[in-house]
Amino acid sequence: MHEPETLGDVLAKRGVSRRGFLKYCATLASLMALPPSVAAQMADKLTRATRQSVIYLSFQECTGCLESLSRTHSPTLEGLLFDLISLDYQETLLAAAGHAAEEARANAMRANSGKFVLMVDGAIPLKDGGVYSTIAGRTNIEILKEAVPHAAAVIAVGTCSSFGGLPHANPNPTGAVSVGTLMEKGLIERKPLINVSGCPPIPVVISGVVAHFLTLGTLPELDGYGRPKVFFGDTIHDRCYRRPFYDQGKFAKTFDDEGARNGWCLYELGCKGPTTYNACATAKWNGGVSFPIESGHGCLGCSEPDFWDAGSFYAPLPAPRAPLSAAAGAAIAVGVAAGAAVGLAGLYKRKKAQQAHTKLTVDDLETEKKP
Amino acid sequence: MTGVELLNWARGPGLQIALVVFIVGVAIRFIEMWLLGKSPDFAEARGSAAAGGWRTLFTRSLPMPGALKRAPLVFLGGYVFHIGFFITFLFYAPHILFLRAVTGFSWPALPAYLIDVIGLVSIAALVAVLVHRLTDPVRRFLSRTGDYVAWAATFLPLLTGYFAYHRLVTDYTTMLALHVLSFELLLVLIPLTKLMHTFTFAVSRWYNGAIAGRKGVKV
Amino acid sequence: MGTSLERGIQGFIEQVDRPTASFFESCVRCGMCAHACLFYTETGDPKYTPIYKLEPLRRVWEREYTLFGRIKKWLGLSKPVTEAELKEWEPLVYDSCTLCGRCSLMCPVGNDIVYMVRRAREGMVAAGVAPDGLKQAATRAVKIGSPMGVQLPALKTQIAKAEKETGLAIPFDKEGAEYLMVLSSAEIIEFSEIIPAAARIFHAAGVSWTFSSDAFEATNSGIQIGSSDIATELVSRIVRAAERLKVKYVISPECGHAYTALRWEGPNLIGRPYPFKVIHIVELLDELRAAGRLKTEGMEDEKLTFHDPCQLVRRGGVVEPPRNVLKMVASNFVEMEDPGTLNWCCGGGGGVSSNERADELRLKVFSRKKTQLDQLGVRTLVTACSNCRDMLEDGLEHHRMDIKVVGLTEMVAEHLKQ
Ligand code: SF4
Ligand code: SF4
Ligand code: SF4
Repeated sequence: MHEPETLGDVLAKRGVSRRGFLKYCATLASLMALPPSVAAQMADKLTRATRQSVIYLSFQECTGCLESLSRTHSPTLEGLLFDLISLDYQETLLAAAGHAAEEARANAMRANSGKFVLMVDGAIPLKDGGVYSTIAGRTNIEILKEAVPHAAAVIAVGTCSSFGGLPHANPNPTGAVSVGTLMEKGLIERKPLINVSGCPPIPVVISGVVAHFLTLGTLPELDGYGRPKVFFGDTIHDRCYRRPFYDQGKFAKTFDDEGARNGWCLYELGCKGPTTYNACATAKWNGGVSFPIESGHGCLGCSEPDFWDAGSFYAPLPAPRAPLSAAAGAAIAVGVAAGAAVGLAGLYKRKKAQQAHTKLTVDDLETEKKP
Repeated sequence: MTGVELLNWARGPGLQIALVVFIVGVAIRFIEMWLLGKSPDFAEARGSAAAGGWRTLFTRSLPMPGALKRAPLVFLGGYVFHIGFFITFLFYAPHILFLRAVTGFSWPALPAYLIDVIGLVSIAALVAVLVHRLTDPVRRFLSRTGDYVAWAATFLPLLTGYFAYHRLVTDYTTMLALHVLSFELLLVLIPLTKLMHTFTFAVSRWYNGAIAGRKGVKV
Repeated sequence: MGTSLERGIQGFIEQVDRPTASFFESCVRCGMCAHACLFYTETGDPKYTPIYKLEPLRRVWEREYTLFGRIKKWLGLSKPVTEAELKEWEPLVYDSCTLCGRCSLMCPVGNDIVYMVRRAREGMVAAGVAPDGLKQAATRAVKIGSPMGVQLPALKTQIAKAEKETGLAIPFDKEGAEYLMVLSSAEIIEFSEIIPAAARIFHAAGVSWTFSSDAFEATNSGIQIGSSDIATELVSRIVRAAERLKVKYVISPECGHAYTALRWEGPNLIGRPYPFKVIHIVELLDELRAAGRLKTEGMEDEKLTFHDPCQLVRRGGVVEPPRNVLKMVASNFVEMEDPGTLNWCCGGGGGVSSNERADELRLKVFSRKKTQLDQLGVRTLVTACSNCRDMLEDGLEHHRMDIKVVGLTEMVAEHLKQ
């Protein structure tokens, strides 16, 4: 559909200066912990690269991920992502609708078979044949089954497609699963998969992954959850500017107490930063303005699997996920009853033994020699 | 199973199960012991049994004169790991939050770096105690499987806690989950091993002191 | 009906009470108790670790009284205690434990180990697994009236001798006397100096006292062998005599185990408090001293020390009286290392002295006392227990140590103001 043109051409057409583009590359390089010198090479490579064909499929999702990616009031750097790629299919952004849209997808797939990157947001419901989310009468899983074999790689955008996210949360009424799970179960073909989790993911992280793919032609190194290590290598906690307060044991107890005003650690208020691997504390949000903890709210752990099921967002991490008093109460009752039963049985046993006791006399004592 | 799933399980059902086993087990063992009772003492008392009992309850935390010289490792190792274990358990901020969530009580925490050092020292003491148990003739002779199980159950929470704090071995979330699970294992094993002395030591010391106290002997 | 394994197990079952269960529950196998027991410190053999001596009782407790033990028993996962095991443990329970109670001081979780050894012996003896020497001593005590086979005429002879020596009349079967004096057989045969000594002191202090022809033997082999039944029979003789003579006090002689048996175990054996009090002779001397009724003259100037009988101090609570009394008559009294409640046993308590099989071990572990004495370099050793005295003399001789052992009462009598 699109003429193969280089990224440089596109940027020139859009009036993006080389300086601006370099700055973008420098940001990416630093986020990916690459030396600054790489930024120039990256810029070079990207300018000469042809735009990457991308097909973007949305399943059980809230469009938050796409919002995060595309809602750019002013031309932000993340907005540049759309210049790096040729978005050949995206339901929400597509002008066409209905059959025309479906056709566009089929065409894009055919034209770029084996080369396009498949981006997926949203979880995929499996229960009852997957009827809980369909597009043009076809279930998500059917669509995915068809698309994946033609893709060069799959990027799961957001926690839903990475780990199941909100749809997967207990009790998971639709049987929602992640793209990774589908591959593990053999329900779709195995392809290189990158999970860019977050609810939503940080835009620059998404574009960073794409840029990595474009410049180096490979997938970035992944962590145990299939997330690019460069962005998900540290916990929020380890990079949090409030960390020193944690180490000193200074905690805000409410959202408007002295501690909160002094910027103390939000751990007691339920921050899940210690168990959350994401780049918020370094990349930040809204063009680097701030991130949740900086705004005074603890981390929810949105980039982690099952974060919805980790108990209240406002309960501290060490707190039990559910109240224990009912279980404890029952246990006390059972324990006391059982203990009493065993104890009384013991008492009875001893009593019986004592009653059966016959007086021991010296005549009972046999000795080898007679005294 | 992912680290978060493991952690969620540990913080949820795992904790419930461990707590139930712990409470039921401890209640059974304590009550089955308690109900056995003690027959009254008809001998005319010279001193107060209760005073002796209370006294020994506390003084027995100090070694008998001469004991320190005869078995320094048992005492020093024992002190260090008991005290270290309880400091890390009771005064590390996240632990206090856990205890607050469970009991409703809370108290000031010690700085994390201090807990870190104490934890490491306790780990070292436990290792020394284990080596001693394996090499010293008396300790080795007395030891049964349960003693090693109890040792491991005490050691693992300290070790996993240390690993988690320093982001060692695996990702923090998984290590934290293992840490919580090791604590749960400890809870479960308390009523199943000699760790039961956590509760019964008070009864034992009390009776020892009371029996002697009645005779006017300080033990 | 004789003894049997079954009777023994029943005996163990009868003995488990709250303290026992708590002690077993609490033991952490730290092995510290070994370091308190002279049988371990002097031999280095781990099998002498005090708590290990209680394995049979512990196993019965676990199988019969704990839920998990009962489940294991029910599933066939635990074996019952066998006769062979009891036999294996017999030397541990009897030969290598003097019921000194030092281990009970050591245990960090607070186990009163000796409390359990005493109880374990109940099961052992009911199973018939006890040293011959002790069985014979108990039989003699019940049948003849004294573990050494001493009978009333022998005492009467000694009394007559004492009367001649002192020129004092020694009261016999005097109803309404304030004090009833009983003796250990060793004091009738070997250390009979106690009789004139007591007569002179009591006369000087104006104490109204008497012997009884129904009960003169204070020791209790029943307790040493571990049979409450036999012990009750023996202690009842004294209780009956004291009640008949309507005395206010029974004087326990210079014998540690007799004191424990009379003072602390007796009322529990007969199941009621006594209508009289029990007082150790050294306690009485100290009371007389405090009341100004005991007057002495002259001092032993030689350096000497005091051996605390376990049953008097740790197991009996008589710590200061012997020191108060000794200081009246000795100017150069020095304490041993670990004095008073911390004392080390002579090695022959708890029936070990009646158990010939244990002689070799007993003499070996006497090295503890030897070390203590060597540190002081004394030539005189005072004590207040005729059994200790016997064992000390034996040990000193065996280790070729030239130290004289003296009874405290005797020493006081020598310094009585004329
Ligand atoms: S701070 Fe935590 S909850 Fe908030 S966006 Fe970042 S990872 Fe998600
Ligand atoms: S009572 Fe004395 S002899 Fe017996 S085990 Fe204890 S320390 Fe050893
Ligand atoms: S000292 Fe106490 S806890 Fe330690 S082994 Fe002996 S009885 Fe057990």
